[in-house]
Amino acid sequence: MIHFVLHDAKDTVAVVVVENVKAGMELNGWIMDEDKSASILARQDIPIGHKVALQDMEPGDTVWKYGIDMGKVVAPIKAGEHAHVHNIKTKRW
Amino acid sequence: MSVISKDTTFLGYRRENGRIGVRNHVIVLPLDDLSNAAAEAVAHNIKGALAIPHPYGRLQFGADLELHFRTLIGAGCNPNVAAVVVIGIEDGWTKKVVDGIAATGKPVVGYGIEGHGDHDTILRASKSAREFVQWASEKQREVCPISELWVSTKCGESDTTSGCGANPTVGNAFDKLYETGNTLVFGETSEITGGEQIVAQRCRTPEVRERFMFMFNRYQDMINRHKTTDLSESQPTKGNIAGGLTTIEEKALGNIQKIGRKCLVDGVIDKAEVPSGPGLWFMDSSSAAAEMVTLCAASGYAVHFFPTGQGNVIGNPILPVIKICANPRTVRLMGEHIDVDTSGLLQREISLEQAGDQLLGCMLRTANGRLTAAEALGHREFVLTRLYESA
Repeated sequence: MIHFVLHDAKDTVAVVVVENVKAGMELNGWIMDEDKSASILARQDIPIGHKVALQDMEPGDTVWKYGIDMGKVVAPIKAGEHAHVHNIKTKRW
Repeated sequence: MSVISKDTTFLGYRRENGRIGVRNHVIVLPLDDLSNAAAEAVAHNIKGALAIPHPYGRLQFGADLELHFRTLIGAGCNPNVAAVVVIGIEDGWTKKVVDGIAATGKPVVGYGIEGHGDHDTILRASKSAREFVQWASEKQREVCPISELWVSTKCGESDTTSGCGANPTVGNAFDKLYETGNTLVFGETSEITGGEQIVAQRCRTPEVRERFMFMFNRYQDMINRHKTTDLSESQPTKGNIAGGLTTIEEKALGNIQKIGRKCLVDGVIDKAEVPSGPGLWFMDSSSAAAEMVTLCAASGYAVHFFPTGQGNVIGNPILPVIKICANPRTVRLMGEHIDVDTSGLLQREISLEQAGDQLLGCMLRTANGRLTAAEALGHREFVLTRLYESA
């Protein structure tokens, strides 16, 4: 089963694509653009459609998805944690 | 090999101006809010006539009024419409809409309410509607080349599965339809924010790129003029955020998957303008679902691709809306709204090529007459875009 997908090997976050991802689960991932596998240990429960961090990030870091800048980190994130509006914000508007 | 090639055909209605429709509606079109009651009464009297109520049309002026007329006239001109009865509170602006639609050569008539009242107007308009419905019911579908099908796209209640699954499915289908010479459109100007350079790079010529950036910057200026926050909860929406989308950039990067990997942006149109030739067009437009889909209908599009993640339920009275979803939870909980389930993409059970073909297969069946989920469920959202306050 594929638990998460990412678009580009450069991405620092990935999308959980199954329900019931719980803290402590070893997750299988798929890098879509390169058709390669990846894995990460979930440190938190993450709902379907929400993102898992693939590496540790600090405030001010750029978040990469689709191989492109999708915003900035505003609170520290550890690999395997839930990455969303509580720790990432837009750089626009 | 794709399910479509240049030799693919569908069964459509050829209209007086040569455009091909996939539905055969007789619509009762109010010019303004005051005329909704009479329009709905006519549609109640005459089986097969469809009223398209909306809340505007009074004391608008300037570019906002021009857009109002362009949208109503465009909806009437849409090839999915066989004939039109226009009802307005007064004769002058009613005639303006009638004349705009009459330019296509299709049957259209208008009635003003002032000096007659609702009863007399409903009586006269019902007589015309009955004649139109019986006339339209004898129209036959004929074999048409696939290139004559105009296809629009706009996504809604997106989540992260939209960018991974449903939107790339539309992109794959658009790449194939581009090859067969179809007339395509995408838009949602504010929702390109963060991906504008990618769209700019896909523009065919420097002139197109300049026009695209003009539209993009015009919208950004409007947002900057009116914003009170960074638009959190508006763009992305609360639904987007619940679905896992975090920033406008992330939403935009998912959004533009809909234009595929090969097709170029051949031209740019303003809201509800009609494209002048085949290819992929960018239309400056709101990202609100019903506003954008209504603008696509007004631009003359005959079938719409609507990818959704969290489950937007939108439809349109004259433009069939095909829903595509790659979120297995949404497909399970809201299956009656989904026409094409591409959730297998995210488990590598199907390829993007197969997902695109699945959508194109559904498109052909829809064009040939199969009702979409939104049509069967009675979704007829017709929402006019406003540019500013009335006078």
